[in-house]
Amino acid sequence: MKNKRIYLDHASSRPVLKEVFNFAKPYLMKKYGNPSSLYNLGLESQKALEEAREKIRFFINAENSKNIIFTDNATESNNIAIRGTAIRNLNDGKEIISSSIEHMSVINPMKDLQKNGWTYNQIPVDNFGFINYDKLNELLSKKTIVTSIMYANNEIGTIQPIKKISEIVHDKGKYLHVDASAAIGYLPVDVQRDDIDLLTFSSNDIYGPRGAGILYIKPGVKLQSIMPGGGQERGIKSGTENIFSIAGMGEASKIIKNEIKSESERLTIIRNKLIKEISKIDRAFLTGHPKKRLPGHVSFIFNNIEGESILLNMDMYNIQIATGSACSHKTLEPSHVLLEIGLKHEEAHGSMVMTLGKSNNIDQIPLIVKAVNDTVERLRKLSPL
Amino acid sequence: MANVGYSKKVMEHFTNPRNVGVIENPDGYGKVGNPVCGDLMEIYIKIKDDIITDIKFKTFGCGSAIATSSMITELAKGKHVDEAFKITRNDVANELDGLPPQKMHCSNLAADALQEAIKDYKNKKK
Repeated sequence: MKNKRIYLDHASSRPVLKEVFNFAKPYLMKKYGNPSSLYNLGLESQKALEEAREKIRFFINAENSKNIIFTDNATESNNIAIRGTAIRNLNDGKEIISSSIEHMSVINPMKDLQKNGWTYNQIPVDNFGFINYDKLNELLSKKTIVTSIMYANNEIGTIQPIKKISEIVHDKGKYLHVDASAAIGYLPVDVQRDDIDLLTFSSNDIYGPRGAGILYIKPGVKLQSIMPGGGQERGIKSGTENIFSIAGMGEASKIIKNEIKSESERLTIIRNKLIKEISKIDRAFLTGHPKKRLPGHVSFIFNNIEGESILLNMDMYNIQIATGSACSHKTLEPSHVLLEIGLKHEEAHGSMVMTLGKSNNIDQIPLIVKAVNDTVERLRKLSPL
Repeated sequence: MANVGYSKKVMEHFTNPRNVGVIENPDGYGKVGNPVCGDLMEIYIKIKDDIITDIKFKTFGCGSAIATSSMITELAKGKHVDEAFKITRNDVANELDGLPPQKMHCSNLAADALQEAIKDYKNKKK
């Protein structure tokens, strides 16, 4: 008999909230007008688009709803932020910086710019995943156009002190871009408090439908379109807007904003109990910082076993987790994040990541802990190491 | 698009692997792979009159590494060493109803491990 599902992979996908779906549903078959059309059907969509923009503005405390650009996803937002500012401001300098543990949708656009003549530097991190502030300070110059540092890391849960980083970046460099994809569902984000120039996250990160993301662009930031076309979204991201996903994203942000504090407190309790129990397993090591980590983020490495096997074995208990193991990646390389925090290849292969969300509760803890214990024991029996 | 998931047969062997363990004083022993790469397999064989009478494995690795190890022990058991030596990586993958393309090389080392064990047996016999 299969156990009831215990879903622990919210970083990779979240279910769309029922209220969100019901809110957005009419924009698929009834209110299908193009927001650029001037008849009523179009204006209805335009209204939905601008209402969603205002909800997102309020969600992250942006100056004006004009500072929110809707995109298709976080990868697109990251590309627009990085390429758009680098290309638009190349007369002021051709230097770009990111942390060494960014998502590939930050690292790869920067590497691409590097191939085209930009100087790209990566800031190393310590064993907890905090960036090296001295190194950042040392690498920054008047020619540094964009520095990209993630709010929190999706694989190890570590939360960067963004306010402090913002001060360092703005002391010499131009723009700070923050990928908040991993953090936005767990932490209240305020772009004015933290003095952020560009901020990225996607609809699904807050239980909204896929197919929408946002890029916040602070007033005064100079950015070039990398998707020229019909001029939608201030010409920065042309293309007919996905009103269903955008309306859903706006509504999701309203719901999440109301409950983020209590939900984070609830998840932190479950997180701490899971970490305490899993830490008792022989040769199990927490990755990331024990305290300054995302509520709902539990990540471990287990010596002498391999992560994809952990994932498959946990799925036998109907528990879904993630891993940074090589075997689970298309590149067949272990997660760069785990290597950057100082783990050896053979250690990084044994990683397990749990990201909690709304469907999780305190009653699930014993089942999860038992499944992890059984999985580690079984795989270690199979292992020659 | 290629299917990245595993066949039912792979999952069956992953869930209930055959012939797990070690053989004390084996007639042949083979080891391939490397924990740095994420896959390590050890195969032990017991031989009588050039027939593989017993075979055991231990594997560190992903789902396909464990399933291919289990499958090769089933394929090799009872076979003449010269026959068993001819079992290829493709044979193992086919018996498992296929492996995802990206797993064909990195995690399909079981045939190599068996060949190493048979070579070890033949060297000892000399």
